Amino acid sequence: MSEASELYQRLLTGDRRAAARLISMVEDGEEGAREALEALHQHSGRAHIVGLTGSGGSGKSTLACRLAQVYRARGKTVGIVCVDPTSPFTGGALLGDRVRMQELSGDPEVFIRSMGSRGALGGLAVAINDVINILDAFGKDYIIVETVGAGQVEIEVVKYAHTCIVVTMPGAGDEIQAIKAGILEIGDVFVVNKADRDGAMRTLADLEMMVETKPGGVGAWKPPVVATVALEGDGVEVLAVEIARHYEFLKESGTLTKKIVGRMKAEVLAILSLQVSEAAGRALEDGGVASSLVDRMVNRDIDPHGAAAELVKELNL
Amino acid sequence: MAAHVRVFLCKPGLDGNDRGVLIVGQALRDAGMEVIYSGLKQTPDNLVEAAIQEDVDVLGLSILSGAHMALIPRITSLLREREAEDMIVLAGGVIPAVDAEVLIRDHGVARVFGPGTDTHDIVDYIHERLGL
Repeated sequence: MSEASELYQRLLTGDRRAAARLISMVEDGEEGAREALEALHQHSGRAHIVGLTGSGGSGKSTLACRLAQVYRARGKTVGIVCVDPTSPFTGGALLGDRVRMQELSGDPEVFIRSMGSRGALGGLAVAINDVINILDAFGKDYIIVETVGAGQVEIEVVKYAHTCIVVTMPGAGDEIQAIKAGILEIGDVFVVNKADRDGAMRTLADLEMMVETKPGGVGAWKPPVVATVALEGDGVEVLAVEIARHYEFLKESGTLTKKIVGRMKAEVLAILSLQVSEAAGRALEDGGVASSLVDRMVNRDIDPHGAAAELVKELNL
Repeated sequence: MAAHVRVFLCKPGLDGNDRGVLIVGQALRDAGMEVIYSGLKQTPDNLVEAAIQEDVDVLGLSILSGAHMALIPRITSLLREREAEDMIVLAGGVIPAVDAEVLIRDHGVARVFGPGTDTHDIVDYIHERLGL
């Protein structure tokens, strides 16, 4: 039996070491993981995937911890994926989300995984999706994916979660402005965390106003705005209720199917673009099948668009 | 994508001093490793569970409380129980040489890095052990 299929068998029996090892394999882009991912696909699709995004320091990790505690108190199991930036210079990362989740540590029913964004050639989106699917097949009821709301890939990933939570806080300068571009559109639930601070009422009012004027239609989901003090646990029960209400809305309105379809398409496209850019990268390297294209571009015989078109032919895409 | 070295830096026991472990963390990060930090005052059970979930190559234990002879053997025996003894266990902090010898000989610790260690030595040691 191959390593991957052995891990897959063990994963289905609840072996956490196997799940962890398989996650490492997909993170490292190991070919062998494919086999296991293929096999576990039929076991995934049951979890409620919750995306959690917002600027650094807004309290995402603490909020994820408190939310997981609420779910645990109801006997539900939780997977948490924390994505933190990798240094583009050294490839290293310091992943500190666990520090904010100490109340969860030691609970075998909460599986927390810290991921560096690594980020080469769109591999991150593929890896995060695979990790979500592994935890889903592993039987977690809720999967919370926490990312800093910067960078296209991170936004894409939370966008395709079933429920996307956007976290902000009072007093972060022009906080509404900061979450406007691209993020306001994807929030299904907005959170003003650290709501015991000065200016919280103002931030809440501003956000509510913004949500109110958001174009929707009759029967469209109106994102609620929830005030929390994650450190104390205040407002977290309300947040859990709103998340559940959103999930019910998705199911009843038929939007859940649309979300699932959107996520599946995004997953395939992420995998394809990774494979294509890897193949193209190899072809363009010195000694690669299309390395002459580079020389021709340098000599101004062909432009990058023309070169891309030739590369598509060369690679038989 | 190349395999990344994953290191879990931990503060077991009742010890509130994390300056040293964070400096080591930065050095390992700058050497291209993914460093996960536990936070202060962790129990051996919690640390071992976290190390398994994070699937790390190296477990770095920083102890300045003097309780290393109680905590470290407990951690390494839990690792054996969970069939995770392939993780490289490193220790640091205030650990006298006589204790270090026992930890290495009898309790599955690979190496003890005391005060004044050059962080490059830790990086080199990890690379060497992982064949990088």
